[in-house]
Amino acid sequence: MTQKTFGQSESRYFYLLVAFGLFIAAMGFGAAHYMEEHGHVVTGMNQQVVWGMPHVFAIFMIVAASGVLNVAAIGSVFGKVAYKGRAPLAGMLSIAMLAGGLAVLMLDLGRPERVIVAATNFNPTSVFAWNLPLYSGLFFFVSLYMWTLLEQRMNHWVKPIGLAVFTWRIILTTGTGLIFAFLVARQAYASAILPPMFLVMSFTWGLAVFHVVQSAMYAWNGKVHDPAILQRMRNLLGIFVIGTLYLVAAYHLTNLYFARQTAFEHFILRDGGIFPCLFWGGYVVFGSLLPLLLIYLPSLGKPRFVVAASLLVILGSFALLYVFIIGGQVFPLSIFPGYEVSSSFGDGQIASYHPSLPEFLLGFGGLAIAFLTTIIGVRVIDSLLPHDAPDRRKDNH
Amino acid sequence: MSDEVNLNRRQFLTKASAAVAGIAIAPGMLLFDFAHGRPLGEPASSTVRWGMLIDTTQCETGCNECVSACSKENGWPEARTSTDVQWIRKVDLKQLSTGRQSSLPMMCQHCAEPPCVDVCPTNASFKRADGIVLVDKHRCIGCRYCMMACPYKARSFVHEPVLDHDSDMPRGKGTVESCTLCVHRVDKGGTPACVEACAKAGHRAILFGDLNDPNSEIYLRIRSVTTSQLRADLGLNPGISFVGL
Ligand code: SF4
Ligand code: SF4
Repeated sequence: MTQKTFGQSESRYFYLLVAFGLFIAAMGFGAAHYMEEHGHVVTGMNQQVVWGMPHVFAIFMIVAASGVLNVAAIGSVFGKVAYKGRAPLAGMLSIAMLAGGLAVLMLDLGRPERVIVAATNFNPTSVFAWNLPLYSGLFFFVSLYMWTLLEQRMNHWVKPIGLAVFTWRIILTTGTGLIFAFLVARQAYASAILPPMFLVMSFTWGLAVFHVVQSAMYAWNGKVHDPAILQRMRNLLGIFVIGTLYLVAAYHLTNLYFARQTAFEHFILRDGGIFPCLFWGGYVVFGSLLPLLLIYLPSLGKPRFVVAASLLVILGSFALLYVFIIGGQVFPLSIFPGYEVSSSFGDGQIASYHPSLPEFLLGFGGLAIAFLTTIIGVRVIDSLLPHDAPDRRKDNH
Repeated sequence: MSDEVNLNRRQFLTKASAAVAGIAIAPGMLLFDFAHGRPLGEPASSTVRWGMLIDTTQCETGCNECVSACSKENGWPEARTSTDVQWIRKVDLKQLSTGRQSSLPMMCQHCAEPPCVDVCPTNASFKRADGIVLVDKHRCIGCRYCMMACPYKARSFVHEPVLDHDSDMPRGKGTVESCTLCVHRVDKGGTPACVEACAKAGHRAILFGDLNDPNSEIYLRIRSVTTSQLRADLGLNPGISFVGL
């Protein structure tokens, strides 16, 4: 294909993709509007499960947004050139996913139009409130970081700003973990392991998203992966997947150790129907072990297997978040230890939750916002795309 | 059952000072007597801490008077589905070790260290100086973080548009609400609607009053019978205590 015809068809595809993204995003906004008009009664949420599917999407995006910056950090802070070329794309993806995730969180509020209240009435004891400056700070630092990367005169600032971004994102992900860790009364959440668990999850999910997006863009532009770099990033993904597995195991094992939490763990891991299925099948087997196989089996080192592994990791992360967020809420609170309880308000009972279409549409709308931001960003700032072979520059990795 | 009440009353009366004995001429009336009003525009006083003592041995299984009274007083429809709000609910209990059955009304425990207030990003959840925990419905953004944080499931999210408003109690779709301890009545010197309804039904299972006032019946009873707070291990120091748990 000559350069010209590629450019023409590429342009057509680009607008097609933008139109597709806009359509999904519009569906998301439509769903949010519908939810706001009728109230949350049109969702699957109820008085027992107050955070539903939108939170699963939003937390995935926010956690991955922070994790994807790892690729940039390895380049700028630790001076690995192979990663440095990828830093602008990582920065763009981070901003895109953060925007998508926050949009979903905001539109799922009971009163989204009052979001300004959250900005003007700051409660210093609320982890939620802490997260607001953390999120806006991330937007700011990542934008600054991308400027230092893309503007040659600013290049010497890359390292210190990169370090700031890296530190900031660690605090941010810790903050996301703390949102849950501070819920002392809930068996599922009051655990000191949550912040480090979220941190390692963010590394894994961020890298998986990066792999998928990068591969799509390479294929799009007819570029070829540098096998050496692919090899490194693949190994890194493997290590992160193992790290996440380890922390998730530690979280459940410590919970099993505390008598108060045992019943909850049995529910999540064994008796809870959909939840053990999603945990073992979705997260452990399809979201972790299978990707590890694809990553480490020597005969399977091809780029498309790495992409497949990354996609599985992403799907597995949704399974894990569903178990964590929804499973943690459907299990009854222990208000009267030593008693069997019942009431009209679901005391002592496993609550039910069936996610509804508007919730999914809102979630996908958030992904569409991230998608649109990324493809438009990449097109506008052409140099976001890492250049390996064929037009490969000297690389001292 | 009234024997037990009288016994407890007698116990506390013997321990109480002469002044208290003077006020306690009509024991039943004490349930309502200590809620003194405060002038309009004056802030709630931190010398007062409103609270309740719920006697599960007096609460009747199947009785729903407190719930109906609250629903009527505060204008929320009695629950039919899992998305409906419930400011107060009846919980039936069976002790696992003995099989003993009991029943109690469950509502916001008006914690001294309320996690709902700690986590609220907008300060919509707040605690008044007199210990009553409230939600400012005009400030709540409906994030539901307080519902996640409350150990007692005391809060409800309004899932549907609110059709009929009560001027005393603004309510709105997309915000969170819970027991206000009938603050509008208490501020006028009254008692919560549930307390009144329970007494009217002849159970007198809920005692309301100022936990800080050494002369109040609730103060004296808490010091004369074994009481417990729910999930005391969490250290939140709820304003609601229970007898017989
Ligand atoms: S019982 Fe729940 S809603 Fe009431 S003050 Fe305590 S934490 Fe807040
Ligand atoms: S739902 Fe309302 S009251 Fe509860 S934490 Fe959020 S803003 Fe505060």
